[in-house]
Amino acid sequence: MGFYFAQLLTGLASASSLFLVACGLSIIFGVTRIVNFAHGSFFMLGAYLAYTFMAVLPHGILGFWGSVAVAALAVGAIGSLIEIVVLRRIYGAPELFQLVATFGIVLIVQDATLWIWGPEDLLGPRAPGLDSAVRIFGEPIPEYDLALIVIGPLVLAAVWLIFHRTRWGVLVRAATRDREMVGALGVNQSWLFTSVFFLGSALAGLGGALQVPREAVSLLMDLNVIAEAFVVVVIGGMGSVVGAFVAAVLIGELNAFGILIFPQITIVLAFLVMAVVLVLRPWGLFGRPEPTGHTGTVPEAPFVLLTAPQRLAYLAVLAVLAALPFFADAFTLVLLVDIFVFALFAASLHFIMGPAGMISFGHAAYFGLGAYGAALAVKYLAASMEVGLFLAPAAAALGALVFGWFCVRLSGVYLAMLTLAAAQIVWSIAFQWTEVTGGDDGILGVWPSDWASSKTAYYYLALVLSAGGIALLRHIIHAPFGYTLRGGRDSPLRTESIGINLNRHQWMGFVIAGAFAGLAGGIFVFSKGSIFPDELAIPRSVDGLIMVLLGGVQTLVGPVVGAAAFTLIEDWVSRLDYWRLILGLIILFIVILAPEGIAGGAARIATRLGARKKEAA
Amino acid sequence: MIARRMFMKAAGLGLAAAAAFGPTGLAAQTITVGEINSYTRLPAFTEPYKKGWQLALEQINEAGGIGGKTLEVISRDDGGEPGNAVKIAEELVTRDEVVMLAGGFFSNVGLALADYAKQRKVLFLASEPLTDALVWSKGNRYTFRLRPSTYMQAAMLAEKAGELDATKWATISPNYAYGKDAVTAFKEVLKERKADVEFVEEQWPPLFKIDAGSTARALEAAKPDAIYNVTFGPDLAKFVREGELRGLFEGREVVSLLSGEPEYLDPLGAEAPEGWIVTGYPWYALKDEGNKAFIDAYREKWGEPPMTGSLVGYNMMMSIATLLRQADSTDTETLVDTLEGLDVETPQGVITYRKADHQSTMGAWVGRTALKDGKGIMVDWYYADGADYLPSPEEAAKMRPAE
Repeated sequence: MGFYFAQLLTGLASASSLFLVACGLSIIFGVTRIVNFAHGSFFMLGAYLAYTFMAVLPHGILGFWGSVAVAALAVGAIGSLIEIVVLRRIYGAPELFQLVATFGIVLIVQDATLWIWGPEDLLGPRAPGLDSAVRIFGEPIPEYDLALIVIGPLVLAAVWLIFHRTRWGVLVRAATRDREMVGALGVNQSWLFTSVFFLGSALAGLGGALQVPREAVSLLMDLNVIAEAFVVVVIGGMGSVVGAFVAAVLIGELNAFGILIFPQITIVLAFLVMAVVLVLRPWGLFGRPEPTGHTGTVPEAPFVLLTAPQRLAYLAVLAVLAALPFFADAFTLVLLVDIFVFALFAASLHFIMGPAGMISFGHAAYFGLGAYGAALAVKYLAASMEVGLFLAPAAAALGALVFGWFCVRLSGVYLAMLTLAAAQIVWSIAFQWTEVTGGDDGILGVWPSDWASSKTAYYYLALVLSAGGIALLRHIIHAPFGYTLRGGRDSPLRTESIGINLNRHQWMGFVIAGAFAGLAGGIFVFSKGSIFPDELAIPRSVDGLIMVLLGGVQTLVGPVVGAAAFTLIEDWVSRLDYWRLILGLIILFIVILAPEGIAGGAARIATRLGARKKEAA
Repeated sequence: MIARRMFMKAAGLGLAAAAAFGPTGLAAQTITVGEINSYTRLPAFTEPYKKGWQLALEQINEAGGIGGKTLEVISRDDGGEPGNAVKIAEELVTRDEVVMLAGGFFSNVGLALADYAKQRKVLFLASEPLTDALVWSKGNRYTFRLRPSTYMQAAMLAEKAGELDATKWATISPNYAYGKDAVTAFKEVLKERKADVEFVEEQWPPLFKIDAGSTARALEAAKPDAIYNVTFGPDLAKFVREGELRGLFEGREVVSLLSGEPEYLDPLGAEAPEGWIVTGYPWYALKDEGNKAFIDAYREKWGEPPMTGSLVGYNMMMSIATLLRQADSTDTETLVDTLEGLDVETPQGVITYRKADHQSTMGAWVGRTALKDGKGIMVDWYYADGADYLPSPEEAAKMRPAE
């Protein structure tokens, strides 16, 4: 009895920390619709700042809690600054584009933190007066855990009061429901957003600061917390603070008791729960269904078929690429194979995001399924490369068939989160099922057949497969099937009413996108010779999103440009010290300069130039 | 139209990048080695490592380099991604024309590079990856490893654990390949040494995401006599704090892999656990000539004491220099043949790269933790020579795939 009660309390303490991070994320998302990947960075900054303040300020109860408060406020200020300098400039950009900016911020904060605080983990002081354990039912319970159990609900109550008893809170809640209307009524949205960002980041900072007595402050804190925070926000319902609290308690307790029963699967437990919740109640336990249709985005111009000169231009590019092996060195070919792989991967992600309007946060799952499908066939069936490359898209399509069935029933960010959960489940299978997949040690020795083993031969193979794949995807977009998907994106109701089974079309779209991502994974695995679970993990999915968004969602060439630019920039800067900082700054620079992506920005400039020419004429 | 122009530009950029980073025009007076490690992913371990090999490189070149040629290192960051590491290896080999590859921290990066080395027939000296598979189940002709492996370090601890009275053991280990290997090896060796031990509880927290309070409680509930810990880094700090608060370590022996390494012990400060049996690197207590010379030189150059990684980096570069001098050739096959069975002078004595499984006999220090001046240190330590904790050459050769 005492034992289970103690476990319950331990779970509640973890839930409090989780709640603090998640509720800030939820508030920011609810109002600004920004999927803030940098939220984990704010959490980490809170911990580092609190560590420093605790060392500087006089020790003791006042110094400790003072440090926590100052750290939270400082992180709030940093968050507002980022909102004013970066995000405010790109609210007009297509949905989700801010995500790229927040990823740039993650990179910058990573390196800045390393530079300021150094690489070693820092162990801060325990909370004065709360540094031992008390016995409850004979079981030792840390006093600080009890403090956290109190702090969680206190913060919840404070946030609730702010939202329900102040004018500012009323405005924020109104903006969560309909931010256009709030703007139309004369409320200065910019400052509303900035203040929301302040509150959200301050809460993340507070969460981080309160972790100091529990763990070593380390550079891994940011990415470790962000996935779980997303899970909590989604389960609780986006924008709901009460929901975030309930979900945090649910996840905290699940972990606490889960490890008693299945210590091996705690790694996916949270994502499994998220998937179940999304399937049963897509908008989360306390969320509201999303208003249908895009809010505030202008309908996109339809994709146009290639004109004759464009067609010639593409052929010219292909000709140059085909001639390249005759005068480029071997490594240029290796780098270009990487670019081909990611161009195809990004194009397949764009297919599902752009024309089909279904955002995927877990596209790496299909890339990885393809790669693992090929690798497993080589390992267990002694299959040749040709068979492997055929099985890669088949395995990915099969995975997409299963997950797609659930995913297409949702829309918007809920769909995105379900794809994320699906990807995490696939990842954990690859990571945990050591007997078959080799777990973290991966699958080795997956090299091309003899005829393709020279760099030139493999280069041509990759070129043919990815250029062919991209051309096929383009073709599908311009085929009736593609028009149907676009119709479904822009007006689901009308599409359904003319007798089209939209769900089934979207499902098939999902499978097609998955298959091409799988093909990219197949090309990838034979070019590297090995595959590891990392290729299915969240960072790979984020890479894909960045490529598509950086290139531009609203053009067909965007993902290809984005993939090439991202791969080349990363290859180039990773030779330098503090390269993540530089990469982050480059990303922010592009984001601010070309809020519709590189290809989109170029198209805009061209239109403007064209218009000027016409005027002159 | 514009889309096309952008596409051309992207393709052009590729060519420009190719031109900008073409062969650096190496003079014949240098020998270049390629080095790859996860500098941004785990700087706490890889930065001291880098300082270690940089010190060695300086000493090697001051002493006349390799037969009059300067030894040069091109060092690159793989960001902890195996795919990235392979791409960088391609570049180092094809464009920079390095004579061999070295480095790696994460096991999966090490395995990916080892497989690349096998495919492209390039010598790869893995410095830090610990996985047993690297030289055994997935070993190959072109891959060698410096640092004592998971099995060796687990065996060193199991030997000590066998001397304890404890019979009921619980284990806690991060849930991935390294953690699983470490537990399997420890169980195997301990059972050989002491037949009546039983393992009553296993905890597998996700790597760097330990729910320390709950895990500590779950271990406590099994009431073991002793605990075998494999968690490290931020997980270890959390586990120590929460376990301490809940009285988990009271009256129990704890045997802990790697925890005596300054990388992991130092951050714990005054909260470092006392009396744990650990493997590590007690540089502060080493007074013999070889170790002292390295430690002093390191402190003089960098103004800070060395860590385990520093020693690994230093030994790696010294191994490379010894190999290149001995082989007097940069031909890969000659290098491999020379490295098989090569003796290398290191601060802690001569180590040998075994011909049978390509594992070096570098050892580790085993001892108990204690607190001194608010810092964790190792006491009652001894140097465990790696050669004593490896299977016999015949057994090891049997574990490797047929060439």
